[in-house]
Amino acid sequence: MNSFVERYSATSAVGQLRKAQRLTEEEEEFSDAAWGSQAGFGNIMNGPPSFTVPNVRDPAAFLRLHTDDHADPNCRIKIQHGTTTLAFRFQGGVIVAVDSRATAGSYIASGTVKKVIEINPYLLGTMAGGAADCQYWETYLGMHCRLHELRNRERISVSAASKYLSNLVYSYKGMGLSMGTMICGWDKTGPAVFYVDSDGTRLKGDLFSVGSGSTLAYGVLDQGYRWDLTDEEAQELGRRSIYAAGHRDAFSGNTCNLYHIKQDGWTFIGNYDIAKMHYDGPGDVPGAPGGGYGYDVRLAAANSTEVAAA
Amino acid sequence: METSFALTGKGYLIMAADTTSARSIVKMKVDEDKIKTLSPHLLMAYSGEPGDTIQFAEYVERNIRLYQIRNLYALRPAAAASWIRRAVAESLRSRKPYSVNLLLGGYDTATDDPHLYWVDYLGTMAEVPFAAHGYGSYFALSLLDRYHDPDATLEEGLATLKRCIDEVSKRLVVSPGAYKIKVVDKDGVREVEL
Repeated sequence: MNSFVERYSATSAVGQLRKAQRLTEEEEEFSDAAWGSQAGFGNIMNGPPSFTVPNVRDPAAFLRLHTDDHADPNCRIKIQHGTTTLAFRFQGGVIVAVDSRATAGSYIASGTVKKVIEINPYLLGTMAGGAADCQYWETYLGMHCRLHELRNRERISVSAASKYLSNLVYSYKGMGLSMGTMICGWDKTGPAVFYVDSDGTRLKGDLFSVGSGSTLAYGVLDQGYRWDLTDEEAQELGRRSIYAAGHRDAFSGNTCNLYHIKQDGWTFIGNYDIAKMHYDGPGDVPGAPGGGYGYDVRLAAANSTEVAAA
Repeated sequence: METSFALTGKGYLIMAADTTSARSIVKMKVDEDKIKTLSPHLLMAYSGEPGDTIQFAEYVERNIRLYQIRNLYALRPAAAASWIRRAVAESLRSRKPYSVNLLLGGYDTATDDPHLYWVDYLGTMAEVPFAAHGYGSYFALSLLDRYHDPDATLEEGLATLKRCIDEVSKRLVVSPGAYKIKVVDKDGVREVEL
């Protein structure tokens, strides 16, 4: 009975998705906004947010059955879960730092993942949880931020952009989306960071960290954080915190990508190898104390200076 | 864990809610305001499923505001509570219910008395002299049975609220750090510090 109702009901999630899919198939034409730029928008411009759902009664339960690797480690689809991402606001703008490891179960699928999604020159999004979910929806968000610009002759605020994303993921609540993201940028109100996750939670704040390594990153970040950090100190704190998580959390690591958002948009600061930071430090960068971050390395350096002093 | 209290007194109502937003074992935010001011004399504390809480609270906020714009007068507490309870009950029978627990407190400017309604995610509503939601309620309800006085002055009311907060801090393992406290009386809504 329930399956029957669901198949023909106009308001059920599945029903709505099917309806959206039908509309997409019928609507071959692009809207005027996309005229002449079909190639640039790619498949995202292909109508409303809809995608093929498994042709079963409850797609969410189906997805859960095949992706939940806690219940069944042998399931076929494994979703990228382990991550460390952080972002914080300070006097000089916003620092965004992430690791670059993708894991599928106990296997390191990649060590060179870009977990910072460049939505536009003033907005960055971070990626934790399902890689595909974050990448797809944040790119989609970027498209709508551009439309907002064209319609209102004004850049979208970070608050509005993050609310757009949070309302969007909330409409898919319970259907298996998995994302924990920070939407960061600079708007009329100055630097801003919003935490948005697939529960539909949206929080404004100064400092966030998301992912399996977030607790380890918080440990270093909270202790070193002040509002009046200099640009160099802040960049160093972001780097040092991702190193700390990359070192202790098995599901985070490889390299650290660092971004700095100022009034005139974001800049990519650099990519730092975590193993190299352990032994030798981040190299010749402003703010770095010199020497490796590793506990033993740090103590050895301290002891040798003591001996030198004596 | 999420905790909220409210109590009535002589010509006022006090509402308090903790200010932490937690995800798993991590406090993501420590200064979140979980009490919405729905109209000049109406407060709503909300807790429950992340995402649902804010979406539901903003839905209610806008509808109560719309009523006031259309009719020039805001709904009285009893009417607002009935409308809100019905919104919860109707959502309960939908495909995706809002899992939200509420405390609704207001000051009725027509009869000059405070009203408090306890509403849970199943759409249960009760008018009560004091109320609590969350783990804090296991400690606070007995305490309020013992110490609450409906004729107490605002100072005495705040002292009773402080007893609740102190008791929860003393006995609850995962006790919240900070609370936001709001008072509504004939002059409207204001925030107070203990």
